[in-house]
Amino acid sequence: MAGQRAALAAAEQGVSVGLLSKVHPVRSHSNAAQGGINAALNPEDSWESHAFDTVKGSDYLGDQDAIAVMCREAPEEILHLEHLGVTFHRNEEGKLGTRAFGGASAARTYYVADITGQAIMHVLYEQLMKHADSVARYEEWFCTALAMDEQGECCGVVTRNIADGSMELFRAKAVILASGGNGQVWKPTTNALICTGDGISMAYRVGAKLMDMEMIQYHPTTLAGKGFLITEGARGEGAHLLNAKGERFMERYAPNKMELASRDVVSRAEQTEIDEGRGFPDGTVELDITVVPKKRIHEALREIVLVGKDFAGVDITKEPIRIKPGNHYTMGGIKTDVDGRTDIPGLYAAGEVACVSVHGGNRLGANSLLDTLIFGRRSGVDAAARAKQIDGSQPSKEVLDAEQAKIDAIGAREKGSGRRVSEIKLELGMTMDKHVAVFRSEAGIQEALDIVRRLKTEAESAYIDDRGSVFNQDMLGAIELGYMLDNAECTCVSALERKESRGAQYRTDFPERNDEEWLKHIDLQLADDGPEISYSEVTITQWEPEERKY
Amino acid sequence: MAEYTLKVRRYQPEAGEGPYWEEFNVELEPSLSVLDGLLQAKDRDDGSLSVRCSCRAAICGSCGMKINGQSGLGCKTQIGEAHEAANRRNGGGNPIVVEPMGNMPVIKDLITDMESTHWEKIRRITPWLLPHGDPPEREYIVEPESMIDITQSMACIQCGACVSSCLSMEADPEFVGPAALAKAYRFVGDPRDAETKERLHDLAEDPHGIYDCTHCFSCVDACPKGVAPMDQIMRLRRRAGQEGIGDPNSGHHHELAFVKIIEKKGTLDEAELPAESFAFGVKGKLMPSKRAIKELLGSVPTVLRAIKVRKVKARQFIPGLHHKLPGGAQDDVKAIYAHAQAHREEFNIYIKGEEGTEPEPDEKEAA
Repeated sequence: MAGQRAALAAAEQGVSVGLLSKVHPVRSHSNAAQGGINAALNPEDSWESHAFDTVKGSDYLGDQDAIAVMCREAPEEILHLEHLGVTFHRNEEGKLGTRAFGGASAARTYYVADITGQAIMHVLYEQLMKHADSVARYEEWFCTALAMDEQGECCGVVTRNIADGSMELFRAKAVILASGGNGQVWKPTTNALICTGDGISMAYRVGAKLMDMEMIQYHPTTLAGKGFLITEGARGEGAHLLNAKGERFMERYAPNKMELASRDVVSRAEQTEIDEGRGFPDGTVELDITVVPKKRIHEALREIVLVGKDFAGVDITKEPIRIKPGNHYTMGGIKTDVDGRTDIPGLYAAGEVACVSVHGGNRLGANSLLDTLIFGRRSGVDAAARAKQIDGSQPSKEVLDAEQAKIDAIGAREKGSGRRVSEIKLELGMTMDKHVAVFRSEAGIQEALDIVRRLKTEAESAYIDDRGSVFNQDMLGAIELGYMLDNAECTCVSALERKESRGAQYRTDFPERNDEEWLKHIDLQLADDGPEISYSEVTITQWEPEERKY
Repeated sequence: MAEYTLKVRRYQPEAGEGPYWEEFNVELEPSLSVLDGLLQAKDRDDGSLSVRCSCRAAICGSCGMKINGQSGLGCKTQIGEAHEAANRRNGGGNPIVVEPMGNMPVIKDLITDMESTHWEKIRRITPWLLPHGDPPEREYIVEPESMIDITQSMACIQCGACVSSCLSMEADPEFVGPAALAKAYRFVGDPRDAETKERLHDLAEDPHGIYDCTHCFSCVDACPKGVAPMDQIMRLRRRAGQEGIGDPNSGHHHELAFVKIIEKKGTLDEAELPAESFAFGVKGKLMPSKRAIKELLGSVPTVLRAIKVRKVKARQFIPGLHHKLPGGAQDDVKAIYAHAQAHREEFNIYIKGEEGTEPEPDEKEAA
């Protein structure tokens, strides 16, 4: 979604835009954002209140200047989307209506049933079809690397046309990465199969800084087994969480906000119930949606009715459904400023791939769509301004040849010469879910890091079956595995480094938040033998860190 | 865990051979999906087995395919159920048959060319909002129900399952088709759109437009999201009729004629059908238009052929001598019509749920 928004914003500035996507744009993972999008649009609400909730939700690791930008610009963005045709829910007066969401002090979540992301993304794609003259779409093109010029600026991308396997070098005065998060590094995850951290890895490989890579959100309500998401909107509509004894256990963890405390808090509460034996034998607790009026379920939670029926065999209007915390969102990513600029000139990042940081240690529900749209738009505008100012370099063909050689080498590996790509992926996912999840410890993270580094070596000889050019998904899988392993390594290194508990990072060996030593970002940059650690300050403007209670 | 056999229709474009069938044995929980089965085969046995997929949760619309001949999503079809369906269809011990979607060229294995078929048709209907003038300062104020109404077609994920199953498109590849027309209703039903009339004219007058649908329900069965594309097409027809837009094959008046005759008589009096369809109402019969005369004369050979092959008896073409239903059945039919007219409502999953039942009055709401 960030990419589509950026493309439209850049095109509006009158520059020539190409939109590359490894899947058809409407297949992108922003579809999965069910619950809605936050904005203080109501006259009684204020952007400051939205910003404070976001700061507190981030466990004070979010940069307050960036959060202010996002929250101030949110209302205008919602109205823009409404004018483009998004079918937002209306109140009885026919105006935009809201629902409650976790970690928020006012009902400020705007929504389309529980298909908000899908509805917005399809409307943005309508606009791309409308503006086909100014945005060229390259649908099902896969990026393998960024092209850099001699001054160290980004000047293009190397791509593989999935339809025929041909490699092409695109020249660009500015490149915006909007390739989403890295959920596939964990198994299970709510994330789609395409969320393999491509952009994070590509930027890292050309020397861009990554930030807050340890901050990985576990969503409180995912289906056991497959990891499918049950929207926070369910709790926003009033659903309860119950342990195996039928207790509404959030009373003990967040007496004020109950089920609508922020996600890290609810996930830890659930995991504690499960670990201490008050969950169900399959390692779950229950989400009881039957307390929501049926008419409201049909109108506002239909997707969840379908998910319950098709994927768990449960009629959520009649019985509770079993859920557990599951991998969901990458708060960290490529370090950017509020205009999407990375520390490499010409390279931008927006959406989940980026870390501005507006989410800090924990993202609030319904802030992710907002992040993609606000910083997508701002990146598009800034990238267009850059493109108008500079002549730009011609990327050297060497990078194209090097990428072609890498791909040929993967294709040439003999069957049985190493492990299958799919085996390595599975081991990676299980390892990360075991050791780098809701509760973490030095020993566990270290074990994960050792395994990841072994898998990196194994990946170098992993073989694939498909030797063809047309839709060779096997080849793409091998390249994605490389991206995933970079992401995993960075997350482990960062999680090991942060010796405190903040937001999604909970260290059993350092259970307290430690502002004195750790109120700072961990930045990573590629060095000879892996990621090199440095620190950067958290921007604090008007909200001094305080104890976080819900 | 249970074992299943997937029989996949494969096509490897670079092999220089035509399509062929290949069986894969997989082992997984019955509640997992056919897509999970295919991915297991791809992971373990043959990485060249190609299928578009991403979300695994029926929201991205990538994995449209035919399973046991039925179009749908691979990720939304439970493998245990598909196994039972295969046994019901072909007898016990038969594999689950997986094929690429229909009405589209196949690129490789289960991957089809949606661009030249599906997306081309989507672009045909001017798929973006056409509001009048500048937008308001705040949001457009619209009826809350109007947004819920079009959210049903907004729920479309562009997977192409309806296109794959469409019988009309099989006969007429130029048919705009169920997905694109459902998308069209999303704009026609949107009170913010200022070009409703133009859209309806366009789609009604196009010989491959809304009247090209034969009402076969295939798309309703295929749609994994409850969009019920055919229902959206019927809404477009109704709206076109309300706008007084004629259609090239008199379909709208033909439908009205059916309703009117059955409502009056409790059964179909075929003798009245052509006159009522083409020269509707008293005025139409006293002063039939040129087109009505042409259509009526044009239907004579059809009538004669029907009599010749004994599809109908000649006497049935005299009004009033139609086939009578036993007992009070005709009165019962009339009563059904009266009831339906009194409770005229649209079926919308966002209002009534999947089963179409109205939600029971809720105690909590009352309180």
